[in-house]
Amino acid sequence: MISAGIDVGAKNVKVVLLRDGAVVARGLEMIGLNTQAAIDGAFAAALAQSGAGRGEITKITATGAGRKEVQFAGGELTEVGASAKGVHHLFSSARTAIDVGAEEGRAIKLDEKGKVQDFAINEKCAAGAGAFTEAMARALEVGVEEMGELSLRSRTAVPMNAQCAVFAESEVVSLIHAKTPKEDIARAVHDAIADRIVSMARRIGIEKDVVLVGGLARNTGFVDSIKRTLAIDVLVPEYPEYAAALGAALHAAAQTGGQ
Amino acid sequence: MATEFWRWTEYRKTMPGVDWQGAEVLTAGVDVGSVSSQAVIMADGKLYAYSSMRTGSDSPKSAQNAMDWALEGTGLTRDKLNYTIGTGYGRVNVPFSDRAVTEIACHARGANFIYGPSVRTVLDMGGQDCKVIRCDEKGKVTTFLMNDKCAAGTGRGMEVFADLLQIPITEIGPRSLDIEEEPKPVSSTCVVFAKSEATGLLRSGWPKNKVIAAYCAAMAHRVVALLERVGVEKDFAITGGIAKNVGVTSRLARELGIKPLETEYDTQLAGAIGAALFGHVITKKAKAGIK
Repeated sequence: MISAGIDVGAKNVKVVLLRDGAVVARGLEMIGLNTQAAIDGAFAAALAQSGAGRGEITKITATGAGRKEVQFAGGELTEVGASAKGVHHLFSSARTAIDVGAEEGRAIKLDEKGKVQDFAINEKCAAGAGAFTEAMARALEVGVEEMGELSLRSRTAVPMNAQCAVFAESEVVSLIHAKTPKEDIARAVHDAIADRIVSMARRIGIEKDVVLVGGLARNTGFVDSIKRTLAIDVLVPEYPEYAAALGAALHAAAQTGGQ
Repeated sequence: MATEFWRWTEYRKTMPGVDWQGAEVLTAGVDVGSVSSQAVIMADGKLYAYSSMRTGSDSPKSAQNAMDWALEGTGLTRDKLNYTIGTGYGRVNVPFSDRAVTEIACHARGANFIYGPSVRTVLDMGGQDCKVIRCDEKGKVTTFLMNDKCAAGTGRGMEVFADLLQIPITEIGPRSLDIEEEPKPVSSTCVVFAKSEATGLLRSGWPKNKVIAAYCAAMAHRVVALLERVGVEKDFAITGGIAKNVGVTSRLARELGIKPLETEYDTQLAGAIGAALFGHVITKKAKAGIK
């Protein structure tokens, strides 16, 4: 029996397939013009990787901002619930989960059973999410995937005054004009998001272990900024962007009976 | 080079029927904002000449340029001015000013001049921040609230949007009213997200004017929330660049249920006018002291 978790985020659809509690396949597709097409694409990619037939997938849970779009899902789970479940499965020692996606950042407090104790969400503002890095990468004229490595080369902390992504873009342009090295600007960008995320997480109280997931956890520069800002070590799983999809798949697997 | 839809025309003007020659007190106010800079020359407390330009990366130079342009063709030179006050975000970077005064004080004083002494609440919608200022009949500030952490509801936010939709910024207001039916506001106030939301709406077939309407409505809604935190006492007036955007102001007035005052003056001059008026009072007091 195979169960599936589908996470329809603001930017990407992520799919995780589980067989007897173990991940057998993953699939990801960027949402372009058509969310449905991206859901089908990511699901088909995961199926192909698993080698299983569509009929073998008996239980499906959807999560993410666009979870209602998954018409073939049998159940659904909130982003916070899915993220918590995925993180607890990956690291049972996790007491704080920080999940930063393209348009939203979340901090979740977990107990030893993985149950959600409290959470805080940064929504409707690009300054505390991946969209911020993307906008700044554009201003810096570097690829968004280069931002992490670039910022790790920085040896100088440059303060960023602007909190809003729109204003920060002008600030980045001024920094470039002032001949500030790009690596220092990249670090300033990551420090700025980290500051915002950490102050949000502090509202619910930060307890060890801290696990960082979501697409932004792929960015090594951001992970470094979070570690420095928190002044404690942070655990990052191998596939951080799939944490919520994994949680959804675990949720699906736990459902009794077929769908 | 691609068309810059955000770009607005810089301008200067000498007021007809006012002359500096024979004036007892000549003062200047220079408002160096984050997006635009204005210089205003006042003769005996009357608006004489002004200019409005884009602020460059060099604030002192922007202040200088605006000042030079305001003086251009008037025969008046800087050394004849009794007092010059700098204000705005770059107020400490006005090298030729006699002192600096905060833009909050200047906007309240300027609104009092532009709209008259009945103004009690001023909403200043500037390039990079949005402020609600309460003032008395003399234009003195009693309280204020500022939003300077978010581009939603600012001129810069509107510029980004104009660029996205490829519509000249001055046409945004009128075009947002040229619609069949008022749409629901876009759900994102964040300019970055509103951009993606607007792109989605355009793709789904919404006409541009309807998208602009939905954006102006969201902007107005956000500003109304800021106004309500301070409380609006009538009369109510709007200053700054967005005051010229009828798409935002008309929706704001509708949601608030209060009509803002109207004026013939350029609303972007409020800060610089306030600064020049402070200079006028200082000069008058100094002259009275000497006599």
